[in-house]
Amino acid sequence: MSASTEILLIAFVTATACAIPGVFLVLRQMAMMSDAISHTVLLGIVLGFFVFQDLDSPWLIPAAALMGVVTVFLVELFVNTRLVKEDAAIGIVFPALFSIAVILISRYASGVHLDSDAVLLGQLEFAFFDRTEIFGFDVAHALVVMGIILLLNVLLLLVFYKELKISTFDAGLAAALGFSPVLIHYGLMMMVSITAVGAFDAVGSILVVALMIAPPASAWLFTDRLSQMLIFSVIAAGLSALGGFGMAIFFDTNMGGSMATMCGIIFVISLLIAPNRGLIAVALRRMRQRWEFSQTMLVIHLLNHEDTDREEDECRVDHLWEHLRWQPEFAEQVIRYAEDHGTVRRQRGILNLTDEGRTIAESAMVH
Amino acid sequence: MDFLIEIFSDYTLRTVALGTAVLGIVSGALGTYAVLRRQSLLGDAMSHAALPGVVLAFMITGSREPLVLIIGAGISGIIGTLFMLVITRFTRLRADSALGIILSVFFGFGLILLQVVERLGLPNRAGLNVFLFGQAATLLQRDVVIMLVISTVVLALVALFWKEFKLLSFDRDFGSSLGFNMVWLDIILISLLVLAIVIGLQAVGVVLMSAMIVAPAAAARQWTDSLAIMMILSAIFGATSGIAGAIISSTGAGLSTGPVVVLVISSIVLFSILFATKRGIVWSWFARLRRQRVLRLEAVLNDMLKLAEQHQDPTHPHAMVVLQTMNHMQGGTRSTLSELIRRGWVEQVDSTHFSLTPAGVKEAQTFMSQGQFN
Repeated sequence: MSASTEILLIAFVTATACAIPGVFLVLRQMAMMSDAISHTVLLGIVLGFFVFQDLDSPWLIPAAALMGVVTVFLVELFVNTRLVKEDAAIGIVFPALFSIAVILISRYASGVHLDSDAVLLGQLEFAFFDRTEIFGFDVAHALVVMGIILLLNVLLLLVFYKELKISTFDAGLAAALGFSPVLIHYGLMMMVSITAVGAFDAVGSILVVALMIAPPASAWLFTDRLSQMLIFSVIAAGLSALGGFGMAIFFDTNMGGSMATMCGIIFVISLLIAPNRGLIAVALRRMRQRWEFSQTMLVIHLLNHEDTDREEDECRVDHLWEHLRWQPEFAEQVIRYAEDHGTVRRQRGILNLTDEGRTIAESAMVH
Repeated sequence: MDFLIEIFSDYTLRTVALGTAVLGIVSGALGTYAVLRRQSLLGDAMSHAALPGVVLAFMITGSREPLVLIIGAGISGIIGTLFMLVITRFTRLRADSALGIILSVFFGFGLILLQVVERLGLPNRAGLNVFLFGQAATLLQRDVVIMLVISTVVLALVALFWKEFKLLSFDRDFGSSLGFNMVWLDIILISLLVLAIVIGLQAVGVVLMSAMIVAPAAAARQWTDSLAIMMILSAIFGATSGIAGAIISSTGAGLSTGPVVVLVISSIVLFSILFATKRGIVWSWFARLRRQRVLRLEAVLNDMLKLAEQHQDPTHPHAMVVLQTMNHMQGGTRSTLSELIRRGWVEQVDSTHFSLTPAGVKEAQTFMSQGQFN
């Protein structure tokens, strides 16, 4: 396998592994927890390093993941005192733990390859050089780790799909049915932590946030179904990996940064074009509603004065602005809209309702 | 005393301490709004979103002047904020997702730009990293002067818009009904927050800046219910932790200022949560104990009075066992009785019997007439 194929594969596996727990973070409004966790796992790695004295120890991942769960626990401890709100609790806990990690590294582990810059940025490009032998194949260490994490995430998702779904959308029902929301919550947080640890080694903590949040957020704009959202998220994550890889090659720049940027580009595109929920769709709908509403006002006005002795005066095109407080240009546009939709006829400057227009006016009056 | 002299004579330490103190004041003051409006994590997102602005400002001007970089950071932070407002306003995505996306995508984009700068080999590029990860030791006197000037402007604007920002934080709808343009006020306030953040980046870096915004205000919140007092306290906490952090880190090897400042302010938060008057955990624990004791006294007193009424003699002695059985407070009758004796409301007749004193009768009747029992 060539170096670039392997790096692309690592990017792809990392992105999809992050997207799966990310879906639940977005739905549960806990997106910023990924930010907190992806920073505090550094403390877990440092402490794990002190215990095992080996940066390549496989035990570092569970140790670091445990610190992620501890972070969540500490945040909830603060929230449960009801003295600080959740956002403030997150904003206090994770910088404090991160600070402890930075100080520990600079005092006791400065000789080791472990620095906070690398944690924030990640070095996917160099992941290729760190190799492992598995089943006789020589592959990148990061690929093995992220592959296992991806498999784990998919497996857990399939096994606990129902539980995750119910507890995410209706925690009360989940509790009533006998699933412990607390257990599921911490299980999910464990999943997020393990994924964050594995991923931040490869791509840095900030990219972990991008990969966990942006693809699911993009997917949520497209669908209301959890299963579809998961699939769309994985697709968006895959596209981000692919696009980020291409961008990094093309501009000869940082892989992690390009992938995060690609996540952002995909999100912005989704934000614009998503059917029903995208900004364009929303703008079009509002515009259409505006014309429809104006047309309804017009036909009601006409219906009111139809066959009265003031019809001559009230239904004249050039008097409309007086009665409906419309600017003449706007009135003209509404009339044209109404004519196009066959609700109003114009005869020698006087407006008449068609049958269709009368139906619309009458049904609007009923409501 | 020698120590204080050392602080004021050592140029680096004096500059750093002054810089972190100014930073603590302005971020503490602006953080008050962020915490009250539940936008604590905005600081985190904006400090990350500042990166592309810093690098772009450098690429365009070729200058590493702090003021230039601060302007770049500010613009990009404000653009990030506007993006966030659009996302939360027009889609069903909540603030947390919007913040996460802005934070990571802007930062990622900044990283690309940073690498471009590295590759182009532009002169003076070395300082950019410092701006991000924070190194208070690199603060120069003129950096601190710039921080001071910007902070003064920010604080002056807070004073100018005091009433408006108060409305925005506590009752936005009421503000609109009074004719204030709340959207613009929102943007102005967030822009001031962004300014407070970007002047701190050089001193403590992007990650720890969020703590400088949140922690002083969260600590101050525990001590008061008044916005003005909270803001002053928050500024004091911020400044204290800035100075303390600078001094501590100057004494120990391998202690960079940013993390130490954050640990100091975090300790202040912890202390406030535990020991603050009225709200603090320890305080409310004692308050609960005190309330419980009063309830126990009242319960036993009431039981004794009711028993006595059946004997036509208010001071008729009653057996301990009876009182224990009657007591609805579940236990503690013995210690409650000795407290009542200490207060002179009850006297012990023999080893197992107790009676109300005339004073106790009066006390019990007051309780009864207030209708607090039964």
